[in-house]
Amino acid sequence: MVEINPLIILIAAVFTNNMLLSNFLGMCSFIAISNEIKTSLYLGQAVTFVLTCTTALNYVVYYYILVPLGLEYLKFIIFILVIAAFVQLAEMLIERYMTPLYYSLGIFLPLITVNCAILGASLFMIIRKYGLLQSIMFGLGSGIGWTLAIVAMAGIRQNLKHAPIPKGLEDIGITVITIGIMAMAFLGFSGIVSIQ
Amino acid sequence: MIRIKKTLHNSTLKNNPVLRQILGICSALAVTNLMMNSLIMGLGVIFVTGLSELTVSMLRKHTDKHIRMMVQVLIIAWYVIIVDILLKLYLPEISKALGPYVGLIITNCIIMGRCEAFAQNNKPLDSLIDGIASGIGYTLVLLVIAFFRELLGFGTLFGYEVLGSWWTRWDLMKMPAGAFFMLGLLIWITRSLEARKE
Repeated sequence: MVEINPLIILIAAVFTNNMLLSNFLGMCSFIAISNEIKTSLYLGQAVTFVLTCTTALNYVVYYYILVPLGLEYLKFIIFILVIAAFVQLAEMLIERYMTPLYYSLGIFLPLITVNCAILGASLFMIIRKYGLLQSIMFGLGSGIGWTLAIVAMAGIRQNLKHAPIPKGLEDIGITVITIGIMAMAFLGFSGIVSIQ
Repeated sequence: MIRIKKTLHNSTLKNNPVLRQILGICSALAVTNLMMNSLIMGLGVIFVTGLSELTVSMLRKHTDKHIRMMVQVLIIAWYVIIVDILLKLYLPEISKALGPYVGLIITNCIIMGRCEAFAQNNKPLDSLIDGIASGIGYTLVLLVIAFFRELLGFGTLFGYEVLGSWWTRWDLMKMPAGAFFMLGLLIWITRSLEARKE
């Protein structure tokens, strides 16, 4: 286990080691959904919730079940199963007990299973040897960072609608380049904290 | 034979998964700082896409509609584990550099996308070829981006020095932002070329 204050991990995951801008994770749904601020905020919340819970769950599964049994190589299959099962369960619970939330969040939940940021956070947690609290903070921070990036992007894209953009660069091309500029802007935070 | 050639052409160039369908860019960008990493990653993806499509296609009549997503994920994860173990055994250095991105091949949308769109309705051999072709298309894009990033950022290609000490290294290309800019440019160029052709 590495000795880093969990709070530092949280801040680093939001700003300096942003899941999307420095690790390229969660790009597919990012590009598809970031058209509207409101929807991207909902998606961001759903991702943050699932990320935090699944990193904790996967931590327990990995260190208390897979490692004692010597089955570390199965981690890919087990992690993806845990994530899929958790998303399914969360979907049912939210539908049953929080119906209004379900209607705003519900359609995004199945999408999240294949969001690489979720699986990526679990894999990073193992590679960087985080403890339980550190993992939870890492998951939470990654989710918040991802939300921050997607909401900012949605805001920019709404304004881009009225901009004259060269033909071939429209839509996806300009989005990718904007993400590049955002990644450079986030470099400004790099002095605050650093992990890894 | 003609059919095979057509599938190859369609899936590698015409419908290039990264440039045309914007699939699988998560893992596409992270490994493109060095050409060697991109090549190995690409080979891994070709292996996984080809064999998963083959398996999915062979099992297509035996899998129930409701569980087929789960079955596909399990098949893909199985092949990814094989790639991961092989890399750890034979290329430990590169395995370390690729880090979590080998495992993230599972969530690479290209593989799921092709399994769902092609292998579900086609014969095993066609599916195998389509998988390999999609993988090659993906690898080509990786290599093009990596070529410029490594050349401009490190002055090397596959680790061999190409540009001497007179070349000022572009630090931007080593950073994530460089990858986004390169991909954006590549999409711009291909789309403009296509528009001109039409």
